[in-house]
Amino acid sequence: MSNELEYLSRRVAAGKLNRRDFLGRAAALGVTAAFANTLLSDAARAEGPVKGGTLKAGLQGGESSNVLDPALNLSQVNFNFGKCWGEMLVELNPDGTLENRIAESVGSSDDAKTWTMKIRKGVEFHNGKTVSPQDVIATLERHSDAKSKSAALGILQGIDKMAANGDEVVITLKDPNADFPYLMADYHLVIQPNGGKDDPNAGISAGPYKVTVNEPGVRYGGEKFANYWQGDKIGHAAQVEIIVINDATARTAALQGGQVNMINRVEPKIVDLVKRVPGVTIQAVSGKGFYPFNMFCDTAPFDSNDLRMALKLAMDREEMLEKILRGYGKVGNDIPVNEAYPLFPTDLEQRKFDPEKAAEFYKKSGHSGSILLRTSDVAFPGAVDAAQLYQQSCAKAGIKIEIKREPGDGYWSEVWNKQPFSLSYWGGRPTQDQMYSTAYISSADWNDTRFKRPEFDKMVLAARGELDQDKRKKMYTDIATVMRDEGGLIVPFFNQYIDASGKGVQGWVSNPAQEMCGGYALSICWLAA
Amino acid sequence: MSSPILKLIAQRIALGLLLLFAVSVLIFVGTQILPGDVAQSILGQSATAESLANLREALGLNDPAYIRYLKWLGGILTGNLGTALSSGQDIASAIGGRLWNTLFLAFWAAVVSVPLAIGLGLLAVRYRNGFIDKLISGLALASTSLPEFFIGYLLVYFFAVQWQIFPGISTVYDGMPFLERMKAIALPATALTLVVLAHMMRMTRAAILNVMQSAYIETAELKGLSPFEIIRKHAFPNAIAPVVNVVTLNLAYLIVGVVVVEVIFVYPGMGQYLVDHVAKRDVPVVQAVGLIFAAVYITLNMIADIAAILANPRLRHPK
Repeated sequence: MSNELEYLSRRVAAGKLNRRDFLGRAAALGVTAAFANTLLSDAARAEGPVKGGTLKAGLQGGESSNVLDPALNLSQVNFNFGKCWGEMLVELNPDGTLENRIAESVGSSDDAKTWTMKIRKGVEFHNGKTVSPQDVIATLERHSDAKSKSAALGILQGIDKMAANGDEVVITLKDPNADFPYLMADYHLVIQPNGGKDDPNAGISAGPYKVTVNEPGVRYGGEKFANYWQGDKIGHAAQVEIIVINDATARTAALQGGQVNMINRVEPKIVDLVKRVPGVTIQAVSGKGFYPFNMFCDTAPFDSNDLRMALKLAMDREEMLEKILRGYGKVGNDIPVNEAYPLFPTDLEQRKFDPEKAAEFYKKSGHSGSILLRTSDVAFPGAVDAAQLYQQSCAKAGIKIEIKREPGDGYWSEVWNKQPFSLSYWGGRPTQDQMYSTAYISSADWNDTRFKRPEFDKMVLAARGELDQDKRKKMYTDIATVMRDEGGLIVPFFNQYIDASGKGVQGWVSNPAQEMCGGYALSICWLAA
Repeated sequence: MSSPILKLIAQRIALGLLLLFAVSVLIFVGTQILPGDVAQSILGQSATAESLANLREALGLNDPAYIRYLKWLGGILTGNLGTALSSGQDIASAIGGRLWNTLFLAFWAAVVSVPLAIGLGLLAVRYRNGFIDKLISGLALASTSLPEFFIGYLLVYFFAVQWQIFPGISTVYDGMPFLERMKAIALPATALTLVVLAHMMRMTRAAILNVMQSAYIETAELKGLSPFEIIRKHAFPNAIAPVVNVVTLNLAYLIVGVVVVEVIFVYPGMGQYLVDHVAKRDVPVVQAVGLIFAAVYITLNMIADIAAILANPRLRHPK
């Protein structure tokens, strides 16, 4: 039986049998659909990537006001296109480890304060020049300049000085940071000739595709760069194209109609419908994005930890996940990190919905009257419904929540980080340290829960400089415990990146770091012949 | 041609220009009284007092409003629409391609819808109150009562997803072969046609029916002309003024009212451009696009008026 199936799966890979027939035959032989699918993808991989052709993606998140400068990349289209033409020092693998790209090796001094990156020889830019340590330094300089508009400015603030030493770049930090290599994987840090100081929008780097079309808000195109340093390892299609489709229905229709081979951002509420379309595969992966309910720890009544605890216990995470995300996510644990992060504390107890205990804590806090919760459609998809569900689960614990629906325009400037209890969204960061440093230490600009504890800051700082991974994991468990039990953060769930690929698309490898295989979908996938 | 008619036309044009000028003031005032500071909304979360001051200076926001208006107007009159705040691109060149795309779509929608609407109108009059008349009116009204996004999605569902005859997304670009371009715009042009069809058709029918009550139509009938000849030779020429009016009004709609259709079909025209920049509070772009839309609208209405004047025999042949 297995011989026959294997034979058949190879026939599918070679394009001589269609997938549906194969699954039918497999079912007739008494094989589960899941196993049959695994067989299929194994066979496809064994067959090897098909070279050539045009791979097209229809993506949400592009505007006519976009530019190619990687420093200003914020939305999904620029992010994905940047991964096509840009090359980075290091890249984040799906398993959370780092892959060296332009940096051939990365090492540090024992105190994690001085980092040395050896720059790979013979990597060529699209303009024919060779990548030099000076280009790397110039890139980091441009992004870390105090006047820079780069979105990577924040993560580069720890750099004290940089110097080229032969084929090495030596970076000295102000404070120890064991995560430094992870920061270099930030998608803004595309290495450009002379750091892009001459023309940041030129779209020239050393990635697998050369920019051929740049029509902001409409479409982007690239052709395979003949001298790509990794050769044929990635970049299988001869051309790649991104079509900006911000409308969700149009995006799905384009995939169904075969105009594009893959799309991002399939809405949870239509996933089950899209699944049934022949040839379309839903690609969902748990990411780092989460949707918090933020309480200001320094503002009454949220300055009482008893009340915060009551509000945390009154959250029915399972119900929330089922109704708001339709199961496409994972329950949160009132900490801003999850297992998608390296060194995630896995042994932390999961907080559960417990109305009795919540009522107890609520009584202990001595608060009476209703609590005002602000929400808006723009906080995250379904945020208004989420607030209403929360209102109901709080009522079971005797806590009265009053909901105020704020206008979307101005939510991020007037409500978020300004009002003491509101819904929000965080996209996640490369490392746990980054997430805590961005929003939960006293000095953070975006401390949207006003959690200001000098001893907590010290814990985060100490973990940042620790090179021993086991010790570090233990430290992150302690940090998470404090955050979970005393912080101002209620995390009902982490979301998933839900993408979809169309007929004949193979080679998809989900990456929890970001949507679309970490932005590499166009480079690592191919179209079956 | 004699002087009264020239005078009337000159008056219309002057009135149009005056109107355009008034609209420019309105647009400028409107964007000024928007809540929030432009510099603040550009810099967003990362704004510091110093960077705000720098940006205000760079944008000239410290000048009094009337000076900024005059500068803006002066720029427009010399063809300089300014630069977009969000991307730093020259607005005039960014709009150029998109305006062309919008006009291209509007043109083909008009080429299909105008003759179709008038033809159907004539047909409806010829067989008035009969089955054909009711069928035409019914279908046209139905297509107009459906919101355009719904028509758009219906077209996508059947033509792009089910039958896969036309693409569901209408991305067009420079250097696209003409036939491919036509294929790309087939669905949005159809959607637009369905949206504007009924209005023009109904107006044509009503205007001609109005004329059909006249005594000279009875004369024509008594002369023994065929019903269609009567409509073509005697009724239609006399109904042309209201028909031209409604046609131009719909042409204007095809250009300035296509925002929803452009977004649904991902068509890179002015509508999408406007939506993107409104979301980013890119005031110079919003002003420029607003003014262009106003200019198109006013110009087409002016043409309608002039056509109506020219179609009036009493004005063409004064005593």
